[in-house]
Amino acid sequence: MTVESTAAARKPRRASKRASATKKPQSSEPQLVQLLTPEGERVQHPEYDIDLSADELRGLYRDMVLTRRFDSEATALQRQGELGLWASLLGQEAAQIGSGRALRDDDYVFPTYREHGVAWCRGVDPTNLLGMFRGVNHGGWDPTTNNFHLYTIVIGSQTLHATGYAMGVAKDGADSAVIAYFGDGASSQGDVAESFTFSAVYNAPVVFFCQNNQWAISEPTERQTRVPLYQRAQGFGFPGVRVDGNDVLACLAVTRSALERARRGEGPTLVEAFTYRMGAHTTSDDPTKYRHDDERAAWEAKDPILRLRTYLEAEGHADEAFFTSLDEESDVLAKRVREAVRAMPDPEDMAMFDHVYADGHSLVDEERAQFAAYQASFAEEGN
Amino acid sequence: MAVQKLPLAKALNESLRKALETDPKVLIMGEDVGKLGGVFRITDGLQKDFGEDRVIDTPLAESGIVGTAIGLALRGYRPVVEIQFDGFVFPAYDQIVTQLAKMHARALGKIKLPVVIRIPYGGGIGAVEHHSESPEALFAHVAGLKVVSPSNSSDAYWMLQQAIQSDDPVIFFEPKRRYWDKSEVDTEAIPGRLHAARVAQPGSDITLAAYGPMVKVCLEAAAAAAEEGKSVEVIDLRSMSPIDFDTIQTSVEKTRRLVVVHEAPVFYGSGAEIAARITERCFYHLEAPVLRVGGFHAPYPPARLEEEYLPGLDRVLDAVDRSLAY
Repeated sequence: MTVESTAAARKPRRASKRASATKKPQSSEPQLVQLLTPEGERVQHPEYDIDLSADELRGLYRDMVLTRRFDSEATALQRQGELGLWASLLGQEAAQIGSGRALRDDDYVFPTYREHGVAWCRGVDPTNLLGMFRGVNHGGWDPTTNNFHLYTIVIGSQTLHATGYAMGVAKDGADSAVIAYFGDGASSQGDVAESFTFSAVYNAPVVFFCQNNQWAISEPTERQTRVPLYQRAQGFGFPGVRVDGNDVLACLAVTRSALERARRGEGPTLVEAFTYRMGAHTTSDDPTKYRHDDERAAWEAKDPILRLRTYLEAEGHADEAFFTSLDEESDVLAKRVREAVRAMPDPEDMAMFDHVYADGHSLVDEERAQFAAYQASFAEEGN
Repeated sequence: MAVQKLPLAKALNESLRKALETDPKVLIMGEDVGKLGGVFRITDGLQKDFGEDRVIDTPLAESGIVGTAIGLALRGYRPVVEIQFDGFVFPAYDQIVTQLAKMHARALGKIKLPVVIRIPYGGGIGAVEHHSESPEALFAHVAGLKVVSPSNSSDAYWMLQQAIQSDDPVIFFEPKRRYWDKSEVDTEAIPGRLHAARVAQPGSDITLAAYGPMVKVCLEAAAAAAEEGKSVEVIDLRSMSPIDFDTIQTSVEKTRRLVVVHEAPVFYGSGAEIAARITERCFYHLEAPVLRVGGFHAPYPPARLEEEYLPGLDRVLDAVDRSLAY
């Protein structure tokens, strides 16, 4: 026994317990794939690169700004009582826009409930996302219109749907790919592990896009895993890569590469986008109970939008007129969303009986008729 | 092949074969369903004839099986999933309840999930723990699912066809101790409706309502009661969600007495639902309270005790006597 270990063994139990609870994983922090530093400096990566025109770069910037403006408007609408709840994506714009813009129209997306930026890339009208948070439906958009599945609230369930869908794509002989979004918390779910197993053994064309935003409500990633999440893929027999989730260029390059790999029939890839949930888990959450402001401040310096703006300005890809006009466009979007939400009607009482079954069900018919008669009885009484 | 006498297991096998032949989107998925043909051989020979792409051996993970079946259905396939035994369905219960049952409503009808989940269920085969359970009420309780169970070979053949053709998720409970019972199947007949009950034996003094494995026991009870001069009507419910209450009501208005029989525990079982609704519908016709015969509020016992646990002929006849004594 060495001197050090003896000393460690003599430490008071409580102290050692605390030490182990906050201990970082033993492996050194892995390198992130990064193409744009937090300072807005363009850097090279040996495996991943991307060549974008000024127009495309401005497009990514615009996507991120509009998504953030939409998101902050939704938070405001919740505070004003127009929405029951909102799950903000603040801070995760690069991960979502970068991966979302890597997709082709015929690819299929299986989101969690926070993929507002991906929805934007798919062409889903932002107001459609707000119905479920206002409580007028549980989703309601047609997933097949934009190949963007409904938000899934049960953590991790959608990774299996994505895998099954991808198995179907392969059966059809199509060269589309499927992307499954999930978070660091979901990585602990059995369904996610099972989706890794199924996709690997069937070589399904699916990309698992994990936004590790460091927090699953109040639990840090250390409570979910002892190894960097992207390394999980290795045990299932497919590659994993960690990308700077606040670098939209790197997220686009890495996701594009993973999707191409899927299209070539080489199977799944796990992408871990290392990012940060700048806001609360949802509007019902209070992060001051479990994390420090200085952590947030450190991540603010890595802001995904700021770094791209710095780069655009430095390269002369965008002028003041572009930014001013984008601000105006943001306000127009926010106004449109606000008005659309306020105008969103409550569903009819009888709507709860609709679409329970595709082919009908006698009990639903009976209960619908009974409830309709009950409701009508008040009208007859003149109330 | 028209009319022939088949074991219930073989009728299911023929039904799956027909579905695979008829619709290229039909897939079979499950543990050991390929070369082995399933532990009960229900999928025997199907992988050989239809290939590994359509008859798919899956990893040993029930949530994964149902979760990927949902994804395949979203892609336009019609997966028919086999859960190896009743007690093994629970890892998939989350996917079935939170996703499969609700996704059609969540999408306001814009997507459909034609997934069939076949589950061999019930006791009487001397099995180890988790291989003899009757969890149908746990599924019938969930809006968005349909739950059926055939009691004979003809229903096994036709109801499985209809379940596969249904655009709704169907939990298809197969009475495993009846797999080897032979009865007639007419593959060219015009089948009845999937969710309609059937009067299996007409009678006038009392109604027995059962489904799946207990229909045979009830028919035997009716025969025994007939020797004592009692005329027992037996209804094969066939569907636990929805339940064909009209057929039960018609019968009870005639016989004025009802006993519901199932292997599943009586507590919160489908018998409770039937008793409540038939009491409401037939209050002034009933001569006796609706009685129930079924499993106890105890874990399914070791095999050496299952004959006592399962409602057999004598317990059914005892309930008939108790009802008639009112």
